[in-house]
Amino acid sequence: MTPALEVRKVSYAYPDGTFALRGVSLTVEPGERVAVLGPNGAGKTTLALHLNGVLGGGPGEVLVGGMRVDKAHLRECRRRVGIVFQDPDDQLFMPTVAQDVAFGPSNLGVAGDDLSATVDVALAAVGMSGVADRAPHHLSFGQRRRVAVATVLAMQPQLLVLDEPTSNLDPASRRELSEVIRSLDLTVLVVTHDLPYALELCPRSIVLNEGSVTADGPTAELLCDDELMAANRLELPFGFSVPR
Amino acid sequence: MLRHPADEPAPRGPEVLGSMGAAHGDRLYVPGSSPIHRLAPQCKILSTVLFVVAVVAAPREQFWAFAMFGVLLVAMAMLARLPMLVMARRLTIELPFVAFALALPFVAEGPRHDVGPFSLSMDGSWGAWNILVKGTLGVAAGLIVSATTTVPDLIRGLDRLRMPAPLIAMLTFMVRYADVIADEMRRMRIARLSRGHDPRWFWQVRAVAQSAGTLFVRSYERGERVFLAMQSRGYDGAMPSAGGTSASPGRWTAALVLPAIAVVVTTASWVARAR
Repeated sequence: MTPALEVRKVSYAYPDGTFALRGVSLTVEPGERVAVLGPNGAGKTTLALHLNGVLGGGPGEVLVGGMRVDKAHLRECRRRVGIVFQDPDDQLFMPTVAQDVAFGPSNLGVAGDDLSATVDVALAAVGMSGVADRAPHHLSFGQRRRVAVATVLAMQPQLLVLDEPTSNLDPASRRELSEVIRSLDLTVLVVTHDLPYALELCPRSIVLNEGSVTADGPTAELLCDDELMAANRLELPFGFSVPR
Repeated sequence: MLRHPADEPAPRGPEVLGSMGAAHGDRLYVPGSSPIHRLAPQCKILSTVLFVVAVVAAPREQFWAFAMFGVLLVAMAMLARLPMLVMARRLTIELPFVAFALALPFVAEGPRHDVGPFSLSMDGSWGAWNILVKGTLGVAAGLIVSATTTVPDLIRGLDRLRMPAPLIAMLTFMVRYADVIADEMRRMRIARLSRGHDPRWFWQVRAVAQSAGTLFVRSYERGERVFLAMQSRGYDGAMPSAGGTSASPGRWTAALVLPAIAVVVTTASWVARAR
């Protein structure tokens, strides 16, 4: 079976010369939910931007569903890989929620009734059908986050990448978002330093530190490995222990 | 089934939105369902522009013509069921421009006439009257459009009128991010105040200027992030259409009645002047 995502020895340096990724390799099977863990500045977001070809050009290659992410396949890559960014205000830029959800599919050539059907389905999937005609900036932060997920779902991706999905969310919005993510029949990559959330959603985790993969295994096992955790600047919140 | 109590549509209208400190874009909109509200935005925009051109073209000494224009606008505002007092208050936006017009009779050259203790220039007085009456009529016409059309609809209207796509995109982003940036500005101001900044002292303008610089850099960086997000969803340089609908010939005819009357008035006033 073709892996949903294959990253092979990808390296990347920013224009000022700092290395963000140093030979990162990982494989994700279809239907898996995998967390990418790491402290601030570990290269998590840089890795996410490589998955749909927004960043690239360094050594190594990325394959999404067996297709190489490069200039020739950019459009298809961006359809297959949906990235939900950290700040929903960066992602929602159209005057109304419905127009924003329609932005992606209309770039892919969907139009007319198909387009509005796609928008309806995507908004229903995140439980936000009621706000289609509202302006994004009139929604609560949690609602905006879910609409941001819908904007990506509307492109019918094979791989959903969520960059720090829980940042700035209150506990209720956080739970609602995890219910949405669980209900999706998709391969999901959750990029986060929110370890309880990773444990809740993702059976498997990959630890990224200073641009390299330092661990890959069942989330509960990794979180119980105190040495590994300390070496990668990962800490569980106060009072939290992994249920065994 | 997920329950999202917050999903019930909130009541709309400037009061509610104003209390959220948001809704920059729709601050002037007065909700309603009058024929003027329902008219396609492109019709309203074109009709207003033509009306203003007719007003500006009318000769200044034909007072009756301006009275007619005024009556037309009041009729429009009544047809749109706009609150007259609110509209009158909004007219004060032209005051800074009017201040300049009021200085004209005193500073202009030419033959003078005495009004009470003042000696006023004839040319200047006519100039002031000209600016005052035409400016007021123009602003009033604009206010009626903005009170009966939401900002997204105005943008759709401009799009239908073939305004260039880059300008439409800029307007759209401006409307979307005005609140986000204003909010950021407010947070920075509170953070400054919290650290003992007292903006009443003029020489602390330095801190304000630095905040403005920071705000610019932050907005610029946000622009880059928004662009990344757009690229990630397949953006290739073309924004989707603003999504307006075309207006029927009947609607266009109805919309053009106002400027048509104004053109007739202007023509008549020129004929009257020539006699």
